[in-house]
Amino acid sequence: MIKYAAGLLSGILLGVIAAAALLYFNPLASRNPLSPLSVSNNEILSVGYSAVPTDSIVYTNNGESRIKPFPDTVRELWEAPIRHSDVLVTVVTDSRNNPAGIGIKFSSDSERTRLINGEALVDSAWHIHLVERGSLFVEQTENYWNFLRNIVVPAYWSTANHWKGVWNGNMTVGPGALGTAAVSGGTGEFAGLESEAVEAVSASAYSVSQGPVAMDGRLTIDVTGNVELTATDVLER
Amino acid sequence: MLKTLIFGFLLGIVGTVAAAYYVPVVDQYRESSVISVSPNGGNTESFRINIPTDRIMVGAPRQAEPLPAGLQWPAEEQFDGVRVELFKVRNTRDTVIGVASRLVADSDRIEDSVEWIMHLPARGTFYVTMPAQPVDGGQRLGTLRAGTREFRPMQGAVSERWVPNTFDDDPDAPDGHIELVTSFVGTFSDDVTETALTEGAL
Repeated sequence: MIKYAAGLLSGILLGVIAAAALLYFNPLASRNPLSPLSVSNNEILSVGYSAVPTDSIVYTNNGESRIKPFPDTVRELWEAPIRHSDVLVTVVTDSRNNPAGIGIKFSSDSERTRLINGEALVDSAWHIHLVERGSLFVEQTENYWNFLRNIVVPAYWSTANHWKGVWNGNMTVGPGALGTAAVSGGTGEFAGLESEAVEAVSASAYSVSQGPVAMDGRLTIDVTGNVELTATDVLER
Repeated sequence: MLKTLIFGFLLGIVGTVAAAYYVPVVDQYRESSVISVSPNGGNTESFRINIPTDRIMVGAPRQAEPLPAGLQWPAEEQFDGVRVELFKVRNTRDTVIGVASRLVADSDRIEDSVEWIMHLPARGTFYVTMPAQPVDGGQRLGTLRAGTREFRPMQGAVSERWVPNTFDDDPDAPDGHIELVTSFVGTFSDDVTETALTEGAL
């Protein structure tokens, strides 16, 4: 009897490991398709930022995450309705890396997350104010599955608890049908704008204890017909 | 023995896949919304931000005591006309239900404005713009520019006003609160309904 119980438990354990490995190495979930905006002839506005919390003006979360709030005196989002959320306030740069405005990013873990589909989803919203130009609101769903699989998990596996390398990926997977974010203009030259955007991340170092060590983000925003591009934007194109 | 092992193996695979499919990885905590229906249609909801207890950040140039302590506002002159604040947002039962940002832009080239983003994790996010100049009684009236999830099919207005605390003598009581009142009405279309159904908003 004990022999059969041990066999059953061993089988279940092996099955769980096999299923977890299948989910983790699922080749169908590793897609990182080309952004539709990268092959577009439309007018594009490019906005960059550092995704390292200590480079930001303010970063806060529930205080229990490995990524610590910055500055360390900032109030944490510990209340139950907001404890799965974080907020980043940072300087955003133009395509030549010159400061261009302020970006505020609200992110919350999405209840639509399904690991079986290779989806670690985050609902996020950007409020971007470009000084002397105006403001934009960007709504998106991001998928962090590839980021977790290619950077975070290898960092945990590393004996140094650190990942170094080159990783570029598009984070935006919706709500647009082609995996694009929805952009709404608010003020200034962006007033009335309705278009699409894609957020991409470029990472080169990640630490288990600190989170991103060297990581930049970039929002590519389609501004066709609504916005007069600056000389820098034109040169970028 | 081998049959038992194989049965356990298959059971383990099926159980793990079923758990990955059915067990929610994220479960956002929800407070019931406190919404009233307006006589002329649409719905009204009030939010409050106690000052200073709900203020997370004040980003502005040359502050003597920045909040949070240690905050470094960008030194470039171009940011002198921008002021950003972050808050926790409460419902009328005084429970924190979200976070919000308030951005004030003072510019020579574009119209001065006050902009709010309200992020309620279990419900969605909305974006409001207001003219910088208040109307009677210090109240500002703004327009809903965009919303996500529950707020996507909405259109309407939002008012902002400062309410000083004149009743409470408790020294720990807030100085007052910012009151935000939304008045939204849904716009109906097949596309909006399908999206809302997909996202579980209806």
